[in-house]
Amino acid sequence: MSGLIALVEPILFILAAPLLAGWTKMVKCRLQNRKAPSLLQPYRELAKLLRKQPVVAEQASWLFEAAPYIVFASAVLAAAVVPFFAVHLPTASIADVIALAGFLALGRFFLVLAGMDVGTAFGGMGSSREVTIASLSEPAMLMAIFALAMSANTTNLASAIDYVLDTGVAIRPSFVFALAGMVLVAVAETGRVPVDNPATHLELTMIHEAMVLEYSGKYLALIEWAGEIRLMLYGVLIANIFFPWGIAEDLSLASLGSGLAAILLKLFGLGALLAAAETVFAKMRLFRVQEFLGFAYLLSLLGMLSHIILEIGQ
Amino acid sequence: MSLFLAYLSVQCALLSGALALFSEHRMILERAANRLAPLAGLKEWPARSERLFAAPVYPRLLQKGVFGLLALSGLAALIGGISALLGQGVTVDQLPFGLPWLHWHVRLDALSGFFLLIIGLGVIAASLYGPGYVREYRQTEHPLWLLGLCTGLFVAGMELVLLADDAFFFVIAWELMSVSSYFLVAFQHERAANRRAAFLYLLMAEIGAIAIILGFGVLAGFAHSYSFDVFRYTHLTAGWGTAAFLLALMGFGMKAGLVPLHAWLPEAHPVAPSHISALMSGVMLKVAIYGLMRFGFDLLGDVQWQWGVAVLILGTASAVLGVLYAFQQNEIKRLLAYSSIENIGIIAMGLGLSMIFLGTGHGELGVIGLLAALYHSLNHSVFKNLLFLTAGSVLHQTHEHDLEHLGGLVKRMPKTAVLALIGCLAISALPPFNGFVSEWLTFQAALQSSSLESGILRSVIPVTAAVLAFTGAMAAATFAKFYGIGFLGLPRGRHAARAREAAHPGMLAGPALLAGLCVLLGVLPTPIIRMLEPVSQLLLGQTLPSASGEGWIWLTPGSRTVASYSALLVVLGLGLAWWTARYLIGRLAVAEVRRSRPWDCGFGGLSPRTQYTSTAFSQPIRRIFAPIWAVRETIRTGGAEALENTPVHYALEVEDRSWYGLYAPAARGVEALARRVALIQTGSVRLYIAYSFFTLLLLLGVVSG
Amino acid sequence: MNVLTNHSLYEQAILFIAALVVFTSFLMLAQKRLSSLVAVFAWQGLLLAATTALCAYTQQNPHLYTSALISLVLKGFLIPWMLLRLIVKFDMHREVESLLYPTYVMTAAAALVLFSYYVVLPIEQLSALATRNAIAVSLAVVLLGMLAMVSRRQAVAHVVGFMSIENGLFFAAVAATQGMPMVVEIGIAFDVLVAAVVFGVFFFHIRESIDSLDVDRLNRLSEVDR
Repeated sequence: MSGLIALVEPILFILAAPLLAGWTKMVKCRLQNRKAPSLLQPYRELAKLLRKQPVVAEQASWLFEAAPYIVFASAVLAAAVVPFFAVHLPTASIADVIALAGFLALGRFFLVLAGMDVGTAFGGMGSSREVTIASLSEPAMLMAIFALAMSANTTNLASAIDYVLDTGVAIRPSFVFALAGMVLVAVAETGRVPVDNPATHLELTMIHEAMVLEYSGKYLALIEWAGEIRLMLYGVLIANIFFPWGIAEDLSLASLGSGLAAILLKLFGLGALLAAAETVFAKMRLFRVQEFLGFAYLLSLLGMLSHIILEIGQ
Repeated sequence: MSLFLAYLSVQCALLSGALALFSEHRMILERAANRLAPLAGLKEWPARSERLFAAPVYPRLLQKGVFGLLALSGLAALIGGISALLGQGVTVDQLPFGLPWLHWHVRLDALSGFFLLIIGLGVIAASLYGPGYVREYRQTEHPLWLLGLCTGLFVAGMELVLLADDAFFFVIAWELMSVSSYFLVAFQHERAANRRAAFLYLLMAEIGAIAIILGFGVLAGFAHSYSFDVFRYTHLTAGWGTAAFLLALMGFGMKAGLVPLHAWLPEAHPVAPSHISALMSGVMLKVAIYGLMRFGFDLLGDVQWQWGVAVLILGTASAVLGVLYAFQQNEIKRLLAYSSIENIGIIAMGLGLSMIFLGTGHGELGVIGLLAALYHSLNHSVFKNLLFLTAGSVLHQTHEHDLEHLGGLVKRMPKTAVLALIGCLAISALPPFNGFVSEWLTFQAALQSSSLESGILRSVIPVTAAVLAFTGAMAAATFAKFYGIGFLGLPRGRHAARAREAAHPGMLAGPALLAGLCVLLGVLPTPIIRMLEPVSQLLLGQTLPSASGEGWIWLTPGSRTVASYSALLVVLGLGLAWWTARYLIGRLAVAEVRRSRPWDCGFGGLSPRTQYTSTAFSQPIRRIFAPIWAVRETIRTGGAEALENTPVHYALEVEDRSWYGLYAPAARGVEALARRVALIQTGSVRLYIAYSFFTLLLLLGVVSG
Repeated sequence: MNVLTNHSLYEQAILFIAALVVFTSFLMLAQKRLSSLVAVFAWQGLLLAATTALCAYTQQNPHLYTSALISLVLKGFLIPWMLLRLIVKFDMHREVESLLYPTYVMTAAAALVLFSYYVVLPIEQLSALATRNAIAVSLAVVLLGMLAMVSRRQAVAHVVGFMSIENGLFFAAVAATQGMPMVVEIGIAFDVLVAAVVFGVFFFHIRESIDSLDVDRLNRLSEVDR
């Protein structure tokens, strides 16, 4: 039974990812006093891209055509490992949170290489900026993970969620700071405002988009989908680790249903917050991103220090 | 049996070197063979002799013999190492060489066996690769006999270091290793820069050797003997123990390339022939780590946690500075050399964590750090060898050192490109390859810091782990640059545009073997850890049964709820997801792919020159972390008016700060001191006679008193 | 392991606000505009008042309520208002001042937090209060205030640093013992108020004589011929 759910969970996850992207866009449009597209628009976009003929640069190699599949596969694997609406699934112990970061890094590596494969200036620019931002956000993310792992004494996601559920509601400074750090890192890694504008059309302001500028058709569909899965991944991670109440702790149908409802509710809340943040903040200059990520690292570091100083009795 | 294989390995290496001596002396070998062959009873010898020693055939055949013997040496080392690891016993022996009252003691235990395994793998790959690579040296009139001889001596020296069980033998083998590698580094001595690099290498190797000798001297002072067995049972006072450890750290650290004693590495490794660079970077640095482990864990025994903090700090500094410097390099082999400094830093971090846990009484947690360090040593030797060999292929086929003139090789050298990709994926610590497993283990070791009592250590260790995370991400960036600029895109130069795949199958077989190992070591971590456990049993007295507690599919240091990783299931998951994507997308999206020009904003005129260059790729990091390097940018314009098109000359120099901060002042200090001492050489004959006169007076006074 | 869950919700809230107070100290090091610096200082005062009130509730110590009120009025509203008035009068609210070496200062700040934890460890054993973990925080606030005075150039920033040192000492009194005696409390509060007034007068004169409030320029007042 748990095996079946472990198989169904990632499928539901990746099918729901475009919905979150659509919801975020809808809230953002409403906040900016624009008419919003339908909630199902991302699905239509993916279907349209799948139907179109892919155009590949003459000088691209096999890596260009293979990369979207690897990016998508690593995103799907990451989605399978994160507890979505049920905690005690066997797939949760395949990889812990550090390995999860590794899966995302694998996808990013191939995307960076694909950007350089076509031999244009835009691809190289996107790749160069992407690796810079990725290397600055890794220490912040790891420090936030450490702040959590030191309390919960585990890097396994299911065990961490169990720990938070067992100890009930408590205001832990380390968790608050780690949450703040993680949110900032999530914004940087998923390429949202204020780090990168996913809807920009100006090549010189692009980071993620510049890497995938040459992709079209089914390849672009896979990469867009993978990006939406990553956004949902960070949302699920933040929602389930810091606010896990409502997640299904056993595998009865009732708790699974309520778990699914709980996580969808939390994701809609996070999506609305993201849309509000994107409306309020402006995109930063590239060389301000290091201050942003330095601040994220500082928050995570404070989280770790608060844990050691304030939360451990003598 | 394992000792026999180790001896066989050393002898084959020495024989390989000896055989290489005859590459210019065909007649001597032919006459000797003609005289010995009838004694051995070989039939039809004269006809065979004609075929073997014919002038055009002879050089290639001799090369095959030299590398064949070297491969045999590697194979024997590999099997001997594995059997010593698995045998779980200690074999001791005495060789009748050395001083009359101090024969050479030999010892083969799990630690030596493990590093012997590393040497074996590297030597096998290098000897498969070598014949194709050294062919070009015949045309350039470099003495191949020197290359073969010194390679044999180098390999033999490294293996003897592992087998040595007394200080005397150890230092002799160490010196053999250093001096033979000096000749290898100085092989292409026509350029002054290469000679300078070789001199720096020799100088620092000798300074390191002096530190090691002094370290052994401290131990010998307390033990009144030179044998390691006596060292093991000697008890040193805390102060002298720390002094001995610091001396050993300086000596072995200098050889391993720990910052700030690393300046020779990026100079010497690029200059040597590529298969030798691979051996130096992949294998010799590990022999230095072996020395540090042997000295610290085995001979000194009573490990203090403060030593661990020192090693951890040095390791972290090496890791982060190594990778930041690597990212700025444009020369392929220099980039790989700095990356070796980074990986040695990671190994040192694992060792430091292990020492901290051991020193504070948490032995079982120290095992994780030790296993992480050992695993990373093995991984690094495999993927660094792979990367150096593929870089050597690129160098061989294009004669280009500089990334700024490469590109497009993924289409012109497809097989080498695939092997290089596997190496880049492995070194960037990406699952499911081997680099990820050892970094994961290092993080798990750092996470155990919450069990320590000292709050300071509990906060410093997570900071070093965050630095390690930064290093990992920067390493991925560095190798994305290495692969993306070097292999992908359009060719940035004539040579790259006309490159062809390596013709000799050995130049593909050696790297392919290593690439397969990268995958194997990544997918089966738990059996490998079980294989490494005898080493931790030997050094720390305990193992980590929980790591393989859940079966061979799961890696669970601690317990399943603390942390778990299953590489095999990850590969299966990735494969399933990939296959589903291909199958489903293949069914849904049936449109044929069309080839066309890339997007050029409608302006056209894209050329290889409009691509991102290697310098441009590293610019954002260069700007963000500017104080780390000594960067000098000079821009010279034609001096014309603002609106005219004039040529602009841009020069960028990124230099190592430690050179200006540490080495140049040290060199100036030594020269100043030497000048003071040289004052006694006045040139006046009367003064020299006066020196002898006064010495005579002094001696007479002392004797009579 | 995390013993925070052994505490009651109010005690958890106190420790949480303590962490926020340290956070505001870090923010004060990084602020570029003087008006936002004063705003962060006001927030620090507010958080301090909240902590004092919570301590008064958990320790059942009614005179701490008065302390909280004094803190709130003085450090949360009065002094920030005076400093803001000064800034507007001297037309400095558009000036932007950034740290000379931000990374080094921030790393030093983190190291200072760790150092204060190390120094305070033996003292924490002596206190019987549940909030004794917060003593390290108060020492950290003092040290960070001094760091702010050292690394910033504007005179107004110096005053804010000085005030935050006093904040840290006050917090130490609340967290380690049961607050200071009322008389001492009121005395210190008025001293701080007088200091703020006197600073204002001094700024006026400094500005008149060297035409700037950058304290590094005061080195022109040296007697030695350079």
